[in-house]
Formats: sequence, structure tokens, C-alpha cells
Amino acid sequence: MSQQDDVEIVHFDNVGLRYGTGKEVLTDVSFTLYSGRFYFLTGASGAGKTSMLKLLYLAQRPSRGLIRMFGTDAITLPRDRLPGFRRRLGVVFQDFRLVPHLSAFDNVALPLRVAGVPERDIVKPVTDMLDWVGLGDRSTARPATLSGGEQQRVAIARAVIGRPDMLVADEPTGNVDPEMAVKLLRLFEALNRLGTTVVVATHDVHLIRQVPESLIMRLDKGRLSDPTGALRYPPRRVSAPARVEFPGT
Amino acid sequence: MTILQTFGQSLRGEWRERNGAESRLLPQGKLSGPMPWVIAIMIGLTVLATTSGLALRNTARAANADVKGGVTVQIVHGAPRERDRQARSALAALELAPGIASARLVPQHELDALVEPWLGTAVGDDVNALPVPALIDLRLTGPVDQARLDSLRALVRQKAPAARVDAQASWLAPVFKAISGLQWLAAGLIGLLAFATVATVLLASRNALGNHRGTIEIVHMLGGTDKQIARIFQRSMAIDAAAGGVGGLLLGVVATSLLGRQFSALGSGMIGSADLGWGDWLIVCCIPIGGVLLAVVTARLSVLGALRRML
Repeated sequence: MSQQDDVEIVHFDNVGLRYGTGKEVLTDVSFTLYSGRFYFLTGASGAGKTSMLKLLYLAQRPSRGLIRMFGTDAITLPRDRLPGFRRRLGVVFQDFRLVPHLSAFDNVALPLRVAGVPERDIVKPVTDMLDWVGLGDRSTARPATLSGGEQQRVAIARAVIGRPDMLVADEPTGNVDPEMAVKLLRLFEALNRLGTTVVVATHDVHLIRQVPESLIMRLDKGRLSDPTGALRYPPRRVSAPARVEFPGT
Repeated sequence: MTILQTFGQSLRGEWRERNGAESRLLPQGKLSGPMPWVIAIMIGLTVLATTSGLALRNTARAANADVKGGVTVQIVHGAPRERDRQARSALAALELAPGIASARLVPQHELDALVEPWLGTAVGDDVNALPVPALIDLRLTGPVDQARLDSLRALVRQKAPAARVDAQASWLAPVFKAISGLQWLAAGLIGLLAFATVATVLLASRNALGNHRGTIEIVHMLGGTDKQIARIFQRSMAIDAAAGGVGGLLLGVVATSLLGRQFSALGSGMIGSADLGWGDWLIVCCIPIGGVLLAVVTARLSVLGALRRML
């Protein structure tokens, strides 16, 4: 493992989050994520996984504490700089959040179009990606006509199409069969091999076992624990994952 | 093909591509619903108010040009011979006075024509039995002010004690005042219509933002900028406003033409001078362009303002 792998991507320092005047859903959360690592975020339902992911993909500001992303203070980040940061992130939402009036192809192409990629450079990678997630023949279908699993695969394809620096996925395999779940996980691993930091929130132990070199963070009632030493410094060294081809490489 | 042409084509291609890609982010044509119709009505009414205001301005200008520097001397005397003598004497004095561009004793047949609509000229109408005053039509070289009028009165009354000297503009002063009032009314109507257009576009933009909030949040999460999202809304609003603007312009022009014909049929000299010139029609044609700009700027500012409240 090279020195480059220890580059800090995200740093949380005593972060707390409450919605409105309610009690804190995240309390004193402190950790650092490093470039090129594969992290699982586990915890029971209501433990605060989705809230933490919201902080990670800049959909929410914390009530207190410090968050540094890509070496920049994310809390005081001016609003006009947020899009640039968000383009470095890939997000798989728990509820997919596909755009209902767009086809599967257009949904996957969305991050590229938002980033201003010319149309001529969009068709091939999007087609390859849809083929890779097994939806090559469903590219013109609207989300409403896709099954839950198919929608989830479109959401994953959309999250990874732009080769983000960090992929954040909230229960990304919750609606697919075990075979497809493993296949999607291999896609995440392939992306991870290309240098993307992957953070997957799940309570599927079987899925976690599929990536033995992963680091695990556990949330319990809004507090973070460190069962695998993922949060220690220097970070635990991991073995390289099995080679999987990423579409377009 | 020159480098400039190639560059131009490349720019156009990129612009088209970017617009095409962005226009797919939100469903186009469903953003504003009845907006084109509302804008057509607004533009139609604005065209009517503007053409009315311009016609009134033209009327006032024409009338003002007619009476500018004009003074009327009336010799009011019951005895026709004495009236004629005083009139000739006053005319002679006026012709020698400084600052007079022209002085003319209005001939009897013109006076008859003036009073004909009221007194008639048919056989048996005893026009001469009524003491119609003799009139001297004066044109001064400069504007008619009170001092000038007083000195003319003093001069004329030496020769014709029964004379009355009036600036022609003073007769039309109430008319000018009324026209000015109507012009302000037209301007006020245009302002109110612009305000109503802005309010309508604001409501439509907020409604569209509410309807597409989910999609906008996704585009934001994927790194879409406020300006990208605002461009989608302003493009949609521009299309609606352009369609409504053209419709409204046609509506307004047809209504103006019909009204113009009806007023022309009245045959009144003052109304006949209310015709619109090419410059006026150019202003009228700019109204839909102004409407589109107003709608686009309003939509942009409203959308950007609403987006700023999102993270």
C-alpha cells in the first residue's frame, strides 16, 4: 500500500446532529476516512446511518462539530462551491431518487450532463454501464416501469458513472437478489480499485463478509464505535481486493 | 469556411447541445400551464394601453403645433359697419407691430362655414341677423406668453375698443389637460400590467419549483448549480412568454386597428391626427420583447431566490 492511500478524504470531529429542536441523532462522531478504502457503516435501524450519510454527501449541515472534506472545511464552504464538491461524490439513495420522467439511460447520464460532458461522450459509457448492471435492454424504460431491483441498479449506475472520488451508498443491495447484490458489490470494489473511497451503509452481514478487506464503522444510538480499527491512525493496512473490471476501463 | 464561421458553428453546436441536455432535466412544456394565455392577455392589454397613449400623444402634439403661436382677435360689435371698420383698423395696426409672422382677417365665407353646423345656410336662415364677430387670425414669431398677449391687447384696443384678444392655446388648455390625464392613465395601466405579469410569473415559477422539488434536489445532489436549474425555468418561461407575446401583439394590433377605424369614421379633425407612425408601431412591436425579458428575468430571480433557501 502506498503513501497515497493514506490521503485524508473526510474528517469528522465531534460532530453532532439534531433535527429541529429534537434530541441529537448523532452525538460526538469523530472519524477520518482515507482515500481508496472500502468502508461499511453498520448499525440497527434508527442508529443514525442515513443521517451520517446525509452529512457525508453534503445534504445536511451538522448542528455542531467540524467536518473536513477533500481538505476543505465543509461547514463554512460557500454555497456556490457545493456543486463542485458534490460532483466528486457518488450517492446511492435508499429510496433510489430516480427522476421519474427520464428513461433509465437519461437517469444514468444525469451526472455527466450536469457536469457538462458533451453528448457525444455520454452515449458509450452510459450504455456500457447499463449493460454492466444488466439493464442494457431496459435503457428506454422509465423508472415507474422498472422493478425495485432494476431501479436500484439504475441508481447505482448513476452514482458510479462519473467515477467519483467517494461513493456513498445507503443500503444499495436492499432490493436485489443475492446474486445481483454480489455483482453490484464487485462493481463497487472495481471502483474502489480505481481509487474511489467507498462507504456502504448496510446491516447485511453477508454483504460485509463479501469484502474481507473492508473497514467497518458501527453506529449505535447515534454514537460511533470502531470494531475493526477502521478509525485508528495510522489506518489498518488492508490487502488488495480481487481484480474486477470496471465498465469503460 | 473561415475560422470565424467554424468558431460560430462550434459555439452554436455547444449552445444547442447544452440547452438540449439541460432541457431534459425537467419536463418542458409542463412548467407553466396556462402561462402563454395569461401573458397573451397581458401583452394584448399592454398593446392597447400603449397605442392609446401614443395616439393621445400624437393628438396633443398635432393640436399643439396648430395653435402654437396662434392668437385670435375677435371684434365683437353689434353694428356690422363699425365692426368691419374696427377690424380693418386693428389689422393695419397689427401688420405693423413687431413679432407678428402673419395677420389675416378671416373672410366672411370662412366665418359662415364655421357657424354653419349651428346656424345653417339654407334659404330662410338669417345668418346676418346674428352679430357674428369679425376674426383676425394672428401668428406670432415666438411663443405666446402673458406679456405678449397684454401688449397685443393694448395695441388692438387703441383701434378697436370692442376687441377681445385670446391665445388659441388657452381654448384648448382643458383638452390638453384631459389628454395629459389620459396619457398618465395609459402609463399607469402599462405599469399595472407589468406588475401583474411579474406577479403571475412569480406564482408560476414558485408553483413549478414546488412541483419539481424532488427532481431539483436530485440535480442539486448530483452537483447541479443554481444557475443550471434557473436556466431551465427561464428557458421554459421564455418560450411561454414568446408564444403569449406574439398572440397578445396580434390581439392588440387587431383591436387597435378596429378602434382606429371607428374613430376615423367620426371625421373629427383632432381624432384624425391620432394616427400612429412607424416609430409608434416599432414601440408597439417591442412590447412582446419587453414582456419576454420581464418574464425571463422574473423567473430567474424568483428561482434563484428559492434555490438559495435549499442547501
